[in-house]
Amino acid sequence: MGEVKLIGTHQSFPCARIEWGLKIKGVEYEYLKEDLSNKSDLLIESNPVHKKVPVLIHKGNPIAESLVILEYIDETWKDNNAHSLLPQNPYERALARFWAKFIDEKCVISVWGACVAQEGEEKEKAVEGAIETLSHLEKQIKGKKFFGGEKIGYLDIVAGWLSYWLSVLEELGEIELVNAERFPCLHEWGKNFINTSPIKDCIPPREDVLAYFSFGINYVRSMAPNKA
Amino acid sequence: MEEVVLLGFWTSPYVMRVKIALLEKGIEFQYKEERDVFEDKNKSELLLESNPIYKKVPVLIHNGKPICESLIILEYIDEVWKQEQQLFSADPYYRAKARFWIDFFDKKTTTCGKKLWANKGEDQDAAKREFVECLKLLENELGEKPYFGGDHFALLDIALIPITCRFYTYEKLCKFSVEEECPKFMEWVRRCNMRESVSKTLPDPFKVFDFVLEVKKRFQIQ
Repeated sequence: MGEVKLIGTHQSFPCARIEWGLKIKGVEYEYLKEDLSNKSDLLIESNPVHKKVPVLIHKGNPIAESLVILEYIDETWKDNNAHSLLPQNPYERALARFWAKFIDEKCVISVWGACVAQEGEEKEKAVEGAIETLSHLEKQIKGKKFFGGEKIGYLDIVAGWLSYWLSVLEELGEIELVNAERFPCLHEWGKNFINTSPIKDCIPPREDVLAYFSFGINYVRSMAPNKA
Repeated sequence: MEEVVLLGFWTSPYVMRVKIALLEKGIEFQYKEERDVFEDKNKSELLLESNPIYKKVPVLIHNGKPICESLIILEYIDEVWKQEQQLFSADPYYRAKARFWIDFFDKKTTTCGKKLWANKGEDQDAAKREFVECLKLLENELGEKPYFGGDHFALLDIALIPITCRFYTYEKLCKFSVEEECPKFMEWVRRCNMRESVSKTLPDPFKVFDFVLEVKKRFQIQ
């Protein structure tokens, strides 16, 4: 079959990022669905260091880590009619990369922490922390339709989980982080993003995402030390 | 007229990455040393304004515009100052590999780096094993090549070489030898140190060790 394969699971938003990137670029690919409770030989061989999804395999060469894969996609498929995912200007590229790293290192972790934390002072502090990190994104999107400007770009793809996966986490964590009142611009961006093609074509069913995150949250909570 | 300013601190391996890259590219820059990187109240106004999110070095300020995060700065430098021999390979697959390994290495040093000098007992031993395992994976990636970049000293080499000035500290505090565990990696270290950009940038490992002891005292870490 085609030269491009993606090893992933539909519920995982890092995997969704790659589908979005490939579809925006008009690249045909084969999706190899992975069962994370029983990892395939192909996944272990392709990503022996982390053994995680997503992994892109192009011409037999494996590439792992979603942000690394997105840059690879942008650099490899640049001569067709699809627009660049990253800005052309080096300073703007640096800013996009900075905010992408911020999203993965600060936002994802603080939002996850706020969901997992159980009620009380610990949870209040975690929620405050998550709101603070998200407030930086609100400032970045203000005045723009997408982080990439008029068209969806690299940073929109990286932030994309906020438009759908976040609401599942909020439900499970019994919290509300992004709403029209607190973050009007981010809220509006989320609605625009999730309703645009090809983004909306790669959204997994909500119950699958619920099950996926439930499992993770319960696991983390069960590992927490007892507060007797 | 280009104005390039680098905010840094002498023991930061992330700052060293940027210095080496600037020297390799022959870019003139002004270096500003921070007085202290541990407490926000001691950080310069310029640093706090230029990197309000993380308040960390390195920050490269190019014609008044700040760029933060060492790998992002390296990519920026390579994109703005284009030369015949670039720091980054032109091939997207090799670029992806370099980015992957830098990400892997940075995550590892974040999780186990501090434990190597600040912890004791089983925590420190576990961190040591993790660190050695990380170096072995990198040694494997290097293979028989003179540099991670192949024949040329390139981005991944620049990203990895700075941490080596801490090896003496780690070896002394954790009682192991990188030379014994990863001899090929140490060959690469010695090869890199023959480059002026590296030898001019990396501090004396004994001074680094003394500094770590001072930090332990300052924060009352046994």
